[in-house]
Order: sequence, then C-alpha cells, then structure tokens
Amino acid sequence: MRAWFFTEDAYPYLPDEDSYESIRVNLPNKHFDPATGADLYSMYLDMWCAADEMGLNIMNNEHHQTATCMVPAAPIMLGILARETKNARLLILGNPVSNRSQPVRVAEEMALIDVLSRGRLECGFVRGVPYEIAPANVFPYRGAEKLWEAHDLITKAWTTHDGPFNFEGRWFHARQVNIWPRPYQQPHPPVWVTMGSAGSAAQVAQRGHIGAVFLAGYPRIRGIFDGYRKAYLETHGTDMPIDRLAYCALICVGNTEQEGLDGAEKLLWYMSSNKVPPQYSNPPGYHSPEIAATMMRGSNSGTGLPTSTNLAEQMARGNVFAGTPDQVYEQIKSFYEYCGGFGNLMMMSQAGFMTFDETLASMKLFAEEVYPRLKELTANYDAGQMQELRASLPDVENVNVSSLASEFVR
Amino acid sequence: MASETTTVVSLRGVDVPLVRRGSGPPVLVLHGGEGPVDHLPFAEGISGGYELLHPTHPGFDGTPIPEHFDNLQDLIFLYLDLIDSLDLQDAIMLGFSMGGWLATELAVMSTGRFSKLVLVDSVGIKPGGPFDRDIADVFASSAEELVKAAWHDRSLAPSVADMTDAELQKVASNRIAHGLYTWEPYMHNPKLKYRLHRIDIPTLLIWGENDGIVTPEYGAALRDLIPDATLTVIPEAGHHPHIEQPDQFAGRFLEFAAS
Repeated sequence: MRAWFFTEDAYPYLPDEDSYESIRVNLPNKHFDPATGADLYSMYLDMWCAADEMGLNIMNNEHHQTATCMVPAAPIMLGILARETKNARLLILGNPVSNRSQPVRVAEEMALIDVLSRGRLECGFVRGVPYEIAPANVFPYRGAEKLWEAHDLITKAWTTHDGPFNFEGRWFHARQVNIWPRPYQQPHPPVWVTMGSAGSAAQVAQRGHIGAVFLAGYPRIRGIFDGYRKAYLETHGTDMPIDRLAYCALICVGNTEQEGLDGAEKLLWYMSSNKVPPQYSNPPGYHSPEIAATMMRGSNSGTGLPTSTNLAEQMARGNVFAGTPDQVYEQIKSFYEYCGGFGNLMMMSQAGFMTFDETLASMKLFAEEVYPRLKELTANYDAGQMQELRASLPDVENVNVSSLASEFVR
Repeated sequence: MASETTTVVSLRGVDVPLVRRGSGPPVLVLHGGEGPVDHLPFAEGISGGYELLHPTHPGFDGTPIPEHFDNLQDLIFLYLDLIDSLDLQDAIMLGFSMGGWLATELAVMSTGRFSKLVLVDSVGIKPGGPFDRDIADVFASSAEELVKAAWHDRSLAPSVADMTDAELQKVASNRIAHGLYTWEPYMHNPKLKYRLHRIDIPTLLIWGENDGIVTPEYGAALRDLIPDATLTVIPEAGHHPHIEQPDQFAGRFLEFAAS
C-alpha cells in the first residue's frame, strides 16, 4: 500500500453561512484576507513537507473560485514541493483537462515538475466537479471524451522525442508539438484518472492507468472497482496489479478513540461547508438527464455527492476512517477486503479548522502505527484469494463500525 | 381546433419531428430553449389562416443530440437542409429566443424561400462591450432568479413540483441541448451583426416589455441592425409574450403577416 497525504487547502475563515449563497463560484473574494492566506499556504506546504519526512507520499489538487480549496493552480504548489521534498512521490489529482484549453501546456508543466523532482511526479487527469464548470466557462457535455482527447495529446507530447507532431482533434489543435523539457520518467510519469462508475473505470483500465475513487463508500465501491478489474483482465489478459486502484477517504488517527473521532469531526468540515446552490452543482450537460432531474427536485441522491455529514454515518459508509491506530487499520482492512483490494490510499487528513499540530499528530500515528500494517496487507495480496474473500462478503450499504472496533482493539 | 399531423423528416441520419397545424401560407416556427411551442394557445390563435410547421431541434423533447453536433452551426445547416426538403415558398419564419437567433442566421444566408421574418425576444447579437452582460446568464441563475427575469406574471412559470418525472427529465434534456447550442460565445455570434444587412425581407420584432433575459433595449439594438425592421413591445409580458399575452401576440403577428 502506498499512502498519500492530502489536504484540500481550505480557507475556513468565512462569514456566517446564512450570509452567502454559495461557498463556490460566487463567494466574493473580499472574504479572503491575503495575509491570512499567506499563513495558510505556508502551513499547508509545511504539512506536505512533514508528510515527506514521515515517509508518506503527497497528493494535491486544485479548484477554482472557492474557499474550500485555495489552490487554483496545483502545478505551482507541486513545483515548490518538487524542490522542498526529497523522497515523496508527488501526485496531482488532478489536472482538470476537460476544462483547460491547452493540453500541451499541461504536458509542459508536468514534464517540468517531473524533471525538477527527478522523476517523482504522478500525473492525474480529472473531469472536475460540477461547480468547476462556471469558473471554467466550459460546456461539460462530452467532458469524458474531451478528457481522453487531452490525455492522448499529452501522452503523445511526453513520448515524442524526434521533433514536432501534429494534432487536430475534435476539441484541441496543436500543429507543431515538441515540448521542452521532456519528462524525467520514461516513457512518462504514471497516469491517474478519477472514475465514478463501472463505465468510466473500464476506460481507465483499458489504458492500464491508475483508477482513483473519492468517497464512494461501501454503497458504490464494488461497482466501480469490479468494473476496473473486469475491463483490465479483458484488455490485458492478466489480473490487475493491486497498485492500479486508489481510494480516497477522510482519515484521522488518535491516541484514543475519542481523539480520532474528534479529529474526524473536524475533517467533516470538508462536507458540511460545501454549500452550493443547484445552478452550480447541476450545470447543463454535466449530469445525465435522469440525475439532473432528481437534482432539480432538490435531491442529491445518485449524484455521488455526500448526503449526510453525520460522522457515524460517514464512517459506516466507508468514507471516514477514524479512531485509534488499531481501529483505523481494521476499518481500512474491512473496506479493502470488501472492495477486492486497492494499492493506494489517499488520505484527506486535514480540512477546515484542523490545526497543524493536530494534523501532524494524526499523520504520525498513521505513519508509525497504521501504514506498516497496510503495507504488509498489500504485500500479501493474491488476486485469487482476494476475489474469494470478496465474494464471501455480501453487498452492504454500511458496516457496523463499532463491531469492527470492539473485535480488534488490543 | 385546427388539424394537426406529426411526421418525422429524416435528414442524412438526423430525424427531425415536425408538427403541422392549420392551413394556408406556411409559417416555419423555430422554438427556443424551453422546447417546442406547438401545443400553446397562441399557435391555435394563428393557425386559422396559416399552416404552422413546428420542427423540434435535435436534443429537445427527448430526441437525441446527433453525435457530430457541437453548437448552433450544426443546427443552422440542418435547417438549411430541412427548408430545402420542405420546399418552402414565401414562408414566414417565426423564431423565439434561441430560435430567433437561428432564424436570423438562416435569414442572413438566404431569404429566398421566405417573405417575412418574425423574431420574438430573440438572442443572437452582443450590443455591449466585453464587461456588459447583455443576456442574462440563464445557466448560472437560480430557479428563482430565472422566474423573476423571464416572467411578468410569475404564477405562469412552470413549476418543478407540478411535473412528472418524465416531464422533468425532458426539461433536463432540453437544458442540455439549450446549453449545447448557446454556450460560447454565450447566446450570440460575434459575426452576426456584420451580416444582418443581408436580411432583405420585412422583419417584425415582438418583445415582452418586462423581459429580463433580453430587454426591449436589446430588441431595439437588434432592430437597428436589420434594414426593414420594426419593434413592437407587448405590455405585461416577459420573455414569453406568446404565453403571457397570447391574444395580443397573435394579433400583432397576424397584422404583420397580412400587411
């Protein structure tokens, strides 16, 4: 297992929630104090550097026009980390290439970070959440097709070393592509792509890239990971290596159960602060008409968006792993076995008002007490055994977290 | 009620549903972003002396978006084929909102098959500068803001609560098609204002006095760019004067059509 420390770099100092319509898109930036922002950037960079020192890997991302994420240009933060860190793999998850007009620029930025870091970049591509549509001003219909066209152009730019090539696609045009620098890693940095259904997973699997899933929980994870494994086997003729799948959850490890739960409550700011009106969460062409219609009725069901910010419920759904090191390990192991295994754990371990010290304490406990056991878990991965185990576990919407905890606490 | 027939016109693999209603000189009706208007009372009001031809734009009313469609250009060229296929002669072209933009684009290409043009609360041009929001951003507006901008009598606005799931999915599909045809440049073609001089048939612009999507001032700017155009403003109506004031709407249409 490889663990990836992740914070979304929130700016949490907001006015009364009733005083604004949305935390995304139209929240006036008068609420962003630059001096406070500078302190926060410094803190987040220090957290990532601490992750590097603890032997964790680093993940970052970007969003636009939002207080939930102060970083509108993830490559800039990665450029700093390429220089400031020594060992961590540097994952950007990801470049919102469906919303960007210049894939060649993305290829250049990523190659630069890869060289600066001497080959530590892991490059993700994402379609982006619906609230990114208004800031990007891009019509989201056929966004997945657009993502793959950008992907094809970028990977070709990374792997072409004998002068310019031509690209004239449906969305992107570049007639003299010849990037400098080229990537450090050969043939190119590992590619990650987010997925949210068996269908989108199949497209990632067919290309052999790492498929990443955010907060799908027990209710949706099997459909997605099963879709990946099946398409991988059909395309490549072998079982998927376990490092091809990644799952992101909110994680807090405490010295006591209560300490872990208290930290997890703070992490839930990520969900509870996400006040977004329908015109930004349901832009035309992003969701299918069926899902768009349910959202017009005022429901989030079927959208993949969290419907509850209750900690116990989110833990039961497998979106939050929290408690003592033993408890967190058992919660992750339960989820891991249920979904058939994954080799990358993206851990959102800081959000909202969680302080630097609180975050580092949790990360340290994770790195020292949980991570070694997770590495052992995946080191012993056997595709056949895992599928037998997975098949023996019935489909569930939730698990009884307290039973997991009581059974295994030493 | 006037007789009504529904056919499908197949144009190189794209099927266009077509509702024909009434008898007399043809009126090609191009609907706006809300979808087909053939079922509305105003249509009854003008179908006595005219044959109304109501095509449904691909993507609306549950029809698929053709694989190669990206923007309004695709619709314009589809309708060039449709107009030839219907062999229209001396027809009146009547366009609502986005359909008005479509009608204008068709008219600047050729007015050969048309005798008159009627544009209702139409989009298609950008009179102001880059920082001016000439057309309300309907895709970034809340449902409440939209109702406020589009309706004089807000009680007439369609209500999600009154719709069946199937109806609501149709609305959601219409919204996708509307976005496809109008997203960027938003609801206009920057080149269109340099082409409007080509419209050499009498043109009537009908506008709702309280339209907050495109105001009567926008209508006046459009009128000023079309050689033989007049603007008539209907009181107590917003973006849909044909729905809010169907009798007045039909009256002004019929007067112009007969002139």
